[in-house]
Amino acid sequence: MATELRVVGTPARKVDAAKLVTGYGTFTDDFFLPGMLHAKILTSPHAHARITRIDTSRAADHPGVHAAISHHDVARIPYTSAGQSWPEPSPYDQYILDSKVRFVGDYVAVVAAETPEAAEDALGLIDVEYEVLPPVLDMHDSMRPGAPVIHDEPESHGMYDAERNVAAHIEVEVGAVADGVTEADTVVSEDYFVQYQQHTCLEPHVTIAWLDEDGRLVLRTSTQIPYHCRRMVAFALDIPVRDVHVIKPRVGGGFGNKQEVVTEPLAAVLAIKTRRPVKLEYTRRDEFTIARMRHPQHLTMTVGARRDGSITATHMKVLTNTGPYGTHALTVTGNTGSKPLPLYRSPNIRFEADIVYTNLPISGAFRGYGAPQGFFALESAIDEMALALGSDPLEFRRANHIRKGDTDPVSAALAEGSAKKPRVMRSNGLPECLERGSEAIGWTAKRRGGMPLRPNEGPLVRGLGMCCLMQGSGVAGDELAAASIKMNEDASFTLMLGSADIGTGSDTTLAQIAAEVLGVPLEKILVRSGDTDHVTFDYGAYASSTAYITGQSVLKAAEDARRQIVSVAGQMLQEDAEALLVADERVSSSSGKTVTLQEIVMECLYGEEKTLISGRGTHATKESPPPFVAMFVEVEVDIEMGTIRPIHLVTAIDIGKALNPAICEGQVEGAVTQSLGYALTEEIVLSPEGRVLNPTFMDYKILCAADMPKLTTILVEDPEPTGPFGAKSVAEVAINGPAPAIANAVHDAVGIRLRHLPMTPDKVLEALGRL
Amino acid sequence: MILHLTINGREQAVDCEPYETLLNLLRRVGFTGAKRVCESGECGACAVLVDGRAVDSCIMLAAQADGSRVTTVEGLGDLRDLSAVQTAFADNGAVQCGFCIPGMIVAATSYLEENPEPTEEQIRHVFVGNLCRCTGYVKPVEAVLTAARRMRSGGNGD
Ligand code: FES
Ligand code: FES
Repeated sequence: MATELRVVGTPARKVDAAKLVTGYGTFTDDFFLPGMLHAKILTSPHAHARITRIDTSRAADHPGVHAAISHHDVARIPYTSAGQSWPEPSPYDQYILDSKVRFVGDYVAVVAAETPEAAEDALGLIDVEYEVLPPVLDMHDSMRPGAPVIHDEPESHGMYDAERNVAAHIEVEVGAVADGVTEADTVVSEDYFVQYQQHTCLEPHVTIAWLDEDGRLVLRTSTQIPYHCRRMVAFALDIPVRDVHVIKPRVGGGFGNKQEVVTEPLAAVLAIKTRRPVKLEYTRRDEFTIARMRHPQHLTMTVGARRDGSITATHMKVLTNTGPYGTHALTVTGNTGSKPLPLYRSPNIRFEADIVYTNLPISGAFRGYGAPQGFFALESAIDEMALALGSDPLEFRRANHIRKGDTDPVSAALAEGSAKKPRVMRSNGLPECLERGSEAIGWTAKRRGGMPLRPNEGPLVRGLGMCCLMQGSGVAGDELAAASIKMNEDASFTLMLGSADIGTGSDTTLAQIAAEVLGVPLEKILVRSGDTDHVTFDYGAYASSTAYITGQSVLKAAEDARRQIVSVAGQMLQEDAEALLVADERVSSSSGKTVTLQEIVMECLYGEEKTLISGRGTHATKESPPPFVAMFVEVEVDIEMGTIRPIHLVTAIDIGKALNPAICEGQVEGAVTQSLGYALTEEIVLSPEGRVLNPTFMDYKILCAADMPKLTTILVEDPEPTGPFGAKSVAEVAINGPAPAIANAVHDAVGIRLRHLPMTPDKVLEALGRL
Repeated sequence: MILHLTINGREQAVDCEPYETLLNLLRRVGFTGAKRVCESGECGACAVLVDGRAVDSCIMLAAQADGSRVTTVEGLGDLRDLSAVQTAFADNGAVQCGFCIPGMIVAATSYLEENPEPTEEQIRHVFVGNLCRCTGYVKPVEAVLTAARRMRSGGNGD
């Protein structure tokens, strides 16, 4: 292999960019089948009720309606909507349609009709009688004795304690935290509260389902997990996996919300029943009410330290609201502890959590996957501890953070997958991130130092805050990816990937790896991905796994193809294949003999010894190296209005190797922006009955271009020996940051601690004693 | 009712219901560049040009566009012949999932006609009506600045 990289490491144009900027029909809904029906869902008006009677016959008779179905028409098979590897660690507590509804918006019935209007009208013709049950509308009430039991049905399974509404429970300890607290000179212990956040993928959930000419079910669907989706739909419908074909076109944003199977089963049932193509698409209101959200939590974080600045105890206790279903319940909250807690060396670490059911909107996977909640608590507490010890928060973090060569004691105890072994830090660019990030923000010059407000000061006060972050690269021990590559007649290559590019740019990044190995320019790689009939198996796009895990499988597949090319070239050139070099679309020997890839492929296809060049690679690993971030932010607090305005946010991020720097920066900028909303503006407002009151972009505020602070992204590359070209993940880690960094900056500015997200003006004014 | 529209340069007579939105009509006749996101004028993903002016097609009745020239993102450039703005978006890493991108490109294209020498601040304000959940707006804004620079020096696409 040429030592100098030609394609990897360049900010190449994305392979799908041209069709996206021209609007060329490429998403699920940019597609039309003759005879396609439109599905509409009747949802529950009650937070908790039993359906005592339901009659869909009047709806079914409505003109244009082809099917109107309720729980009477589907088999009662418990499943989970969580798109995870089998057996999913989430409880099987969902049904395609059920006789009980568990939140406002739960599925009651569904109609398929020739027009959306006819389907909508037919919903009004469904007769339903409910026996309304008392709901649980606050997670603090879920485990109270006598609380209504949300899953009282016998068929559901996999819950930790259904009678007490506990979906999952976690308790792990390394060392003895009680001793650590006793040994400490200073203890910081505080409660933190984090809210629901909605992904607001611009493309809503949408599925088009039909039966193909062989009677197999085809799902053209907006998903992050084509292969899991195929298996899960087959299971929920009780049909063979081979009879399901999942096609993932371009996807208009996922962020975890599409690591869920939510529209596919209903669309599939309707397509099978009507024998017509059926489209089921969520509205924006549906996204805000019945899709998924980031889990709200109540965290109690305790840190103990000695006067010399060494940490003696780290204890995190969490109560998580999973909503009415336990999709991703255990694993998201597992990450709340397992991602943040190893960040600072501590001999005594304890993590305990209850993940409880409520009759509120459904929580699920969301970029960061539990870690943003945990980092908000940890990084706020660490800041407080540093100041309590009279040290600079930057220096305190420098002194205590995990080092290269350290093992992460928490991962083994808490491992989500099968990797019950300590994780060794083989790369760690955090020191460089701290160095370059603090310089970019002007840390020493601009810190206000938590000085109390002077009487004549204001109303605009600035401050600086920071935090450190880590994540993983895939689920250790629970990932599998495969890639195959074939050489075409014009010496181009087709790269076939099971992985799901959901806007992340993975098709491009992975093609860059193949191009590099095969010595061709990027445009000679055609990418086919995300279609279960045509590409190899992959777990899908989640857990920051694609570049690191699928990347290795692409590397192996390309090397396999290259070996075959070189062996043919060896015969053609009468040279030792081992000594040949592949670059610039040719194979050359050191003696100067050379043959082009075009000549090689023609020889393969039409020459003496007919053979096909086709490489394959699979990859699985027990490693999950963390990317690291040092994040710094300058804010301006208006002490009269209570507003917090971020001015400049610096993310210095160690990702091992930037396979495509433009894509990497984009991932960081996007993550940070979503999380600025989480920190400052995004909040689901619920009525006392549990109904979402703000299901529009007008009332649920995500940041727009004019709200943005200046963003600086610094890519740090400490090569990860187990990653492709030294790469580890980039997509999630930065999303853990802005909330704690801003809270710490607000403290630096005006001396108040905000421990309740989002940090809206009312909370600022209250903390300032001005409300 | 029958409408007479010029869509991306081609005159068409299209049958439609009086309550149908322009977005729905355009997608129905095959111009899927404009996206359905909020259907209430809040996100800009459905933006198209009607007689040269950028509008959110989800809150305009198709009937209101009767007799107009409608340009969608498909009409601004072609897969093999991108416009300056499209090229800049593609080359600046400004496209992630791409769902908001047609709306941004339409808005930027119409703005650059008014103001060929925009500042970063001005572009950010043009994009206030274009929500994006992927990019953090950094690279789309840079893309418009790049496109403006190239257009001023006479270049356009690839
Ligand atoms: S879909 Fe028209 S503005 Fe959002
Ligand atoms: S690129 Fe995905 S919403 Fe903007």
